[in-house]
Order: sequence, then structure tokens, then C-alpha cells
Amino acid sequence: MDKKFIYLDHAATTAARPEVVEAMLPYFTEQFGNPSSVYGFAAGNKKVITDVREMIAKSLNGNTQDIYFTAGGTESDNWALKAAAEAYGAKGNHIITTKIEHHAILHTCEYLEKKGFEITYVDVDEYGVVKLDQLKAAIRPETILISVMFANNEIGSIQPIAEIGAIAKEHGIIFHTDAVQAYGQVPIDVQAMNIDMLSASGHKLNGPKGIGFLYIKKGLKLRSLIHGGAQERKRRAGTENVTGIVGLGKAIEIAMATMEERTAKEVKMRNYLIDRILSEIPYARLNGHRTNRLPNNVNISFQFIEGESLLIMLDMKGICASSGSACTSGSLDPSHVLLAIGLPHEIAHGSLRLTLGDENTMEEMDYVVEELKAIVQRLRDMSPLYEDFVKKNR
Amino acid sequence: MYSEKVMDHFTNPRNVGEIEDASAVGTVGNAKCGDIMRIYFDIDENQVIQEVKFKTFGCGAAVATSSMATELVKGKTIYEAMQVTNKAVMEALDGLPPVKVHCSLLAEEAIHAALWDYCQKNGITIDGLEKPKSDIHEDEEDEEEY
Repeated sequence: MDKKFIYLDHAATTAARPEVVEAMLPYFTEQFGNPSSVYGFAAGNKKVITDVREMIAKSLNGNTQDIYFTAGGTESDNWALKAAAEAYGAKGNHIITTKIEHHAILHTCEYLEKKGFEITYVDVDEYGVVKLDQLKAAIRPETILISVMFANNEIGSIQPIAEIGAIAKEHGIIFHTDAVQAYGQVPIDVQAMNIDMLSASGHKLNGPKGIGFLYIKKGLKLRSLIHGGAQERKRRAGTENVTGIVGLGKAIEIAMATMEERTAKEVKMRNYLIDRILSEIPYARLNGHRTNRLPNNVNISFQFIEGESLLIMLDMKGICASSGSACTSGSLDPSHVLLAIGLPHEIAHGSLRLTLGDENTMEEMDYVVEELKAIVQRLRDMSPLYEDFVKKNR
Repeated sequence: MYSEKVMDHFTNPRNVGEIEDASAVGTVGNAKCGDIMRIYFDIDENQVIQEVKFKTFGCGAAVATSSMATELVKGKTIYEAMQVTNKAVMEALDGLPPVKVHCSLLAEEAIHAALWDYCQKNGITIDGLEKPKSDIHEDEEDEEEY
């Protein structure tokens, strides 16, 4: 391995592509103008923003005017939920979401609960896919919003978004999806899937951090989360993050153009990694479905060991990964997603998430498996749980 | 996130393993919370801890505090070992992040659990030593297997 480290945490963040950085650079310096200014050199930036907006709309089969730039996925999620709750609160106070959403959704829902909204958190099956019958049964006359993530950030499970969109439409309920992990990884069509609002983020697809967007279908009466100037059709005030928008645009352009080829490569590496780990390391289980998962997501639990220890040891071997263990979440409970698919606490603590990118190689996959085998064994040799297990089965 | 000492004890833990026919064994914590420590003592006729081993399921801090705890009690009498506190373990490791302080408490508890086991077996009492709250030695949980 000649590289400094092997980065397998693309669901956390990604490096901006060189083309992205290059596209952004002029907008820090000579093209620094405020898009709202009248003089020519600045007003040109207005067009640049419109161009990116147009491209994003095209990538989703939506309308250009329905794309609103934000500071990222979390802001988009907050805006979508809080503004929908405020705008349609008079119609009803019930919101449906799932148990496996990102905290940007879950904690916003908790906030709304304090404001008097009732939230139903629908269960998922053993593979982390939302239970549609439960979702349908949860609908009440006062349900105003359904928010279901497009694909899960921990176990990569892809949700039946088109089906949920159809259900929401049939009942006249607004449908929001957090597509932060899915956008750029799987094809999305907001019209065919009946998506009313969609959140996405730049830094998950090799764009810059601090930029994202919210798609808001025309006709939704959502108010602004940020009040001020007339930017973003007065719905998201503040001088536009021109550099961020340009970088996001370049990243999306590349992500969309390379999606098929890139994800095919990731799927190949993903399946290879899963097959090798499951066949060569005993007492390991794959979390999420074998095929119905994001092209770049691997999530495996190793019995008898704890995730943080695993991550530190992988780090010492130059491998960057993440875990759903309590120690990495800052609480005593392991990942809510792993608990929602029915894992017992002790198995959830021993989970490892590896998320691939197109710069990864098969050679790296081999290196990771070899190191992982040694590390898992080393930690098991240290584990009283493994000792008890071995004695019991002697 | 961790001090150099913690990293050293995590990557090169001292006294890992088990002692066959140990004089005392203490296991504390639970798998649900993600931390289990087991400490083995070999104690001689002068009540000196001659040999100590540990096994830990847990995070980096859990492994490091177990390792340091074994170092601190080795060669001590059972009464001296009773004086090894979580604070002493933390200080010896040059500190722990606030969210990991419970690991040092667990290490102290593991020592107490092993001492308790020894006292029970030998009809001894040590001032201040009580039955550890989270001792799971007597009712081990069934692990699930795939």
C-alpha cells in the first residue's frame, strides 16, 4: 500500500474532487461578486447559480424553480419538517416517519413533539426496509407529512420510495425524503416517485461541505427558515454560497455522468468484501439486505467484540471506518438503526460500517480483509464473552 | 481523543489472558452497555496478589483501564489492592475523556469483584468491600449464535 491510508468512510464524508476545487477557486477571488449586485461582473454569478439549479432539477426530473440551496442535509431536513409542520399545522398535527432516520430528522421530530405534534415512528423489517402496511395503517385524517429516508446511512437499505410516494399522494399527504445518502448513488425521479420535498448534501458526493439543497415542489406553502433578503425566492435568505454552489454543481455533474459505471465498480467491490468477510471470519453477520442496499455500503457485526476497539485497531493499520457502537455515538446505547432491525445490544456494539468510493481498489479490499481477520481474532482473544462462548462449546 | 498512555495500554495491554484455577475471579459490566471486564487473581498464602490477568469486551478506554488496573494491583496485598481507586487508574493513564470515566469505575469494580470472590471463598472480610453491583459471574447471559 503506497497510499497514506485507505478511506472506507464515504458515508461520513468524501474528498472534493480536484475538478470541483478547480471550478470553485475563481469564485473566491476574481469572481467574488454578490449575485444580487447590478454591475456586470457580479451579476454573472446569478447566472452561474441558475445553471447549477437547472442541472440539479434535471438530475431529479424536477423544475428549476423548486431547487433551494441550503447549508447541507441537516438544514434541508430541519427546514422541510419544521416548515411543513408550521404551514399545515392547522390541517393536522400528525407526522409519520421511521425508526431508522438520521438524527437530523429524528431530533427535529422530537422538537416538533414538544410543539404539540404527534409523530408515528414506523418499524422496519430485519433488512431495514420500512413496513409499508404499518405505514399505511398509521395514516389518520390529521396526518400532514410523511418523511422517509431514501436510503439508510448505516446499513444502506434502500426504501420503497415510489410506493410511499403513491400512498402519500393517494391520501393527500406531503411526502419528504432525506436523500443525503442516495442522491448520486441511485436514480431519483421526483415526479415518478411523487416526492414533494427532498434533502441532499454536497459533501457526500465529492462536493464541498456546507452546501446542499432542498427540493420543494411548486405549490407547497412552506415559509422560510432563514429570514432576510430576497435570495432563493425569499425562502432562504442570505448571500448565496456561490463557491459552494459552483462546487456542488461540478460534483453533481460528475456524479450523474459517472453513476452507472461508478456504482457498478462499487457494487463489485462491496460484494467481494462482504463475501470474503462472511466466509473467512466466523460469527459475523451482514446487517441490511444482501442486494437491496446502497452500492457502496457494507455493514457487518462481529460477535464478542466492541466496535470502537475495532475502529482504533483498523486506524492503526491505516484503515478509516465507522461503527454503530455506543462508544462512537456518545451514549450508552448502540445505533438506533441496528436496534430497529432487531439486533441485540451486544451484537450491535460490535458493528463495523465500511463505505466505499470509486477511488478504492480491489487490492485495498484484500488488505482490509486480511487486517480485519487478525484484528477481530486479537480482540476476541481478549474478550470474556468469547472465552465463555468457547468454554460452553468445547 | 485518548492520551498516549491510554493508547499504549490499549495497543499493548499488560496481563491479558486467564488464569486456570485462579484464586479469585471477578466479572463486571454487561454486554448490553458494551463493557465487560473479567479479572483473575492468583493470591499466595500471605494474601499477596502474585499473578493477575484480565479479559475485556469494550472500547479502547475499557481495555486500557483494565490493563492499568492489573498493573496497579500486581504484587499488592488484597488490602492494598482494595485501595486502588478509579481515580488512581485514571491518573496513571494521564486522564480519560469525560465520557469514558465510567470505564475506570468499571475497572475499580472488577478489582472489587475479584477481591469479593476471594473473600467469599476464604471467609475473609475487607473493610469497605461490598458485593459488586454489576457482578455477572453468577448469571452469565446467554450469547446468541448465528
